Amino acid sequence: MKNKKEIDLTISNFIGKKGSLIPLLQEIQKLEGYLPKETLRYLSQKTKIKLARIYGVATFYSMFRLKPQGKHIIRVCKGTACHVSGAEDIGKAIRKELKLGELEDTTDDGLFTVMEVACLGCCSLSPVMMVDDNTHGKLTPEKVTEFLQKYK
Amino acid sequence: MSLKIKVGMASCGLAAGARDVYQAIQKYLENSKLEADLASTACIGMCFAEPLVEIIDADNNSLTYGDIQPQEVETILNDYLEGKIHKDKVILSNIMEGSENENLKNQTRIVLRNCGRIDPESLQDYLENDGYKALEKALKEMERTQIIQEIKDSGLRGRGGAGFPTGLKWQFAYDTPGPKKYFICNADEGDPGAFMDRSVLEGDPHSIIEGMTIGAYAIGADEGYIYCRAEYPLAIKHLQKAIKDAKEAGYLGKNILGTDFNFNLHIKQGAGAFVCGEETALMASIEGERGMPRIRPPFPAQSGLWGKPTNINNVETLANVAWIILNGAQKYNKYGTEKSKGTKVFALAGKIKNSGLIEVPMGMPLKDVIYKVGGGMKTEKPFKGVQLGGPSGGCVPAELLDTIVDYDSITKTGAIMGSGGMVVMDEATCMVDVAKFFLNFTQNESCGKCTFCRVGTKRMLEILTRITEGKGTMEDLETLEELSENISQGSLCGLGQTAPNPVLTTLKYFREEYIAHIKDKRCPAGVCTALLKYEITPEKCVGCTACARVCPVEAISGEVKKPHKIDQDKCIKCGSCYDACKFDAITKS
Repeated sequence: MKNKKEIDLTISNFIGKKGSLIPLLQEIQKLEGYLPKETLRYLSQKTKIKLARIYGVATFYSMFRLKPQGKHIIRVCKGTACHVSGAEDIGKAIRKELKLGELEDTTDDGLFTVMEVACLGCCSLSPVMMVDDNTHGKLTPEKVTEFLQKYK
Repeated sequence: MSLKIKVGMASCGLAAGARDVYQAIQKYLENSKLEADLASTACIGMCFAEPLVEIIDADNNSLTYGDIQPQEVETILNDYLEGKIHKDKVILSNIMEGSENENLKNQTRIVLRNCGRIDPESLQDYLENDGYKALEKALKEMERTQIIQEIKDSGLRGRGGAGFPTGLKWQFAYDTPGPKKYFICNADEGDPGAFMDRSVLEGDPHSIIEGMTIGAYAIGADEGYIYCRAEYPLAIKHLQKAIKDAKEAGYLGKNILGTDFNFNLHIKQGAGAFVCGEETALMASIEGERGMPRIRPPFPAQSGLWGKPTNINNVETLANVAWIILNGAQKYNKYGTEKSKGTKVFALAGKIKNSGLIEVPMGMPLKDVIYKVGGGMKTEKPFKGVQLGGPSGGCVPAELLDTIVDYDSITKTGAIMGSGGMVVMDEATCMVDVAKFFLNFTQNESCGKCTFCRVGTKRMLEILTRITEGKGTMEDLETLEELSENISQGSLCGLGQTAPNPVLTTLKYFREEYIAHIKDKRCPAGVCTALLKYEITPEKCVGCTACARVCPVEAISGEVKKPHKIDQDKCIKCGSCYDACKFDAITKS
């Protein structure tokens, strides 16, 4: 565990509070970048919440990741408006630029993780992608390449 | 002179580059004799013209410029100082006549009354626009039952999709006795294609807090949650600030406005699950569990969050509340049709010219929404259909454009009002592909509790995929219809019950397209890759070899400077050659 001290502090902030499992996992993911197995085990010991329940919650929500993720998260919007405006080509262009295989989602250098999301709510600027907290709209495959250069 | 300059900085504005524009104006003001207050506002709904900059002078003359690039700032402001207006850039103004104001003219703004006008991070701005006056009236002049009656009389129905009367919902929660009750705002706007809740939360967060506080007072709740999608970081940021400010000013927390009423409000961030928009799943998620729907009854009003009486309303519903209390039910129910009162916000997207957010009175024909307010089609291709209500809704064809927008009329077409997403599609959209898109979505988002939803949507998706690959049979269409029936009847919550709608409506209105895929192995819209055929027109091909070089399967042959040819047996229809050809010599059909 990289951030044991911070994790201990987070757990003590939430312990005993109702409905705290999801915010706890969100905080831990913020600290660790993802939800490592050992951390979840540690969380279970500390909070007395059964590991199976923690795992159940962690795998139910798409935001939680059980594998390490890249430094930058690219969210490609696959909402209806983006779909009819060519989101598929945007996804392809990103994968091509980052040299990602069909089943891979994180680059070898650990710089980028690509994921698809249902809707970013910027439908009028479709197709859209979000890199970390920045949304980029009216994309074309060429623009994608340009944007990604900035994060490299 | 005293000038005000506002830059639209909601998610959509930022995505279009509003931050750079804001900084350019800031820099300009530092080095110029122009004195102006620079402020940010949220989304006025004209997302098609982002980034937007509004200049208001001392006499309240306003000019809103659209599509502003950072490098244009200097010229526009310099010219403005000299009294020159870039008319081609102005999209909205109270001093200029012309078609640029059409977009707003046909709208009635209640929910979006402050969006794009006030600074969402300023409590002062909200107060100057009648903010918290409704709360004061409710707390000091009205009985709890009177508030509920007022909401009932207004005819307000839940804007989240199902359209249940809001006043009645409050009544149920009021009627259940108990010392502890909860009031929840459902801001888990998961419908792809709908973004009004995001816009209201980003642009007018106090209106939601005020609506919730009035509601909580009426039903007798002292604690509340706003359950917001984590995909909306800006909305969460604005809400956090608004809650803090409201608390400090005595509109939230203990002894609100000096009365003995207490109301504590928390924000809960969603973790990415569409099904959590369903109210019982949402409560399970707040409780820290997997967000799976529960059997109703008991309804949340009897046994909701942690077993306590709970009321849940959607963002847009709550944005109406303060307005109704302040202006009266009579004024509100003048808008709309007999059974659907008030206004409805729609998110226009897809192949429409003025994409963005609009608010119109219920009862406006779809045709007017799309052509008068929305400005018609963006492309030259003709209108084909409009998708209403997201994954639970359906596609309405051109011949039904006279349908008026209210809950019951839209339900009759087989679609639903839903949260108000309207994705406009032209002839380049394949309806089978759209149905497949939605089934892929619901199949992914099904929580897995009910077998029909879990397995049924998967089987439907398999069939639809088969059809788009040219491997479908006519029998598949009957199977789809049968499965649809079973899934809607065998599912516990709205997700499963309505999941087949996109398939059923496209089968009803665009059946010939399914048949073209099955019998002729042809996709009329040219979307389904497996059914496309790429060919080289020999007259146009100059033999540059660009296509042959990018082809991943070496399906293209030919000598340099002589027309090339595609071997159809080898071609995997990836489209690389089509993109690579600079002479338009490759056609896809």
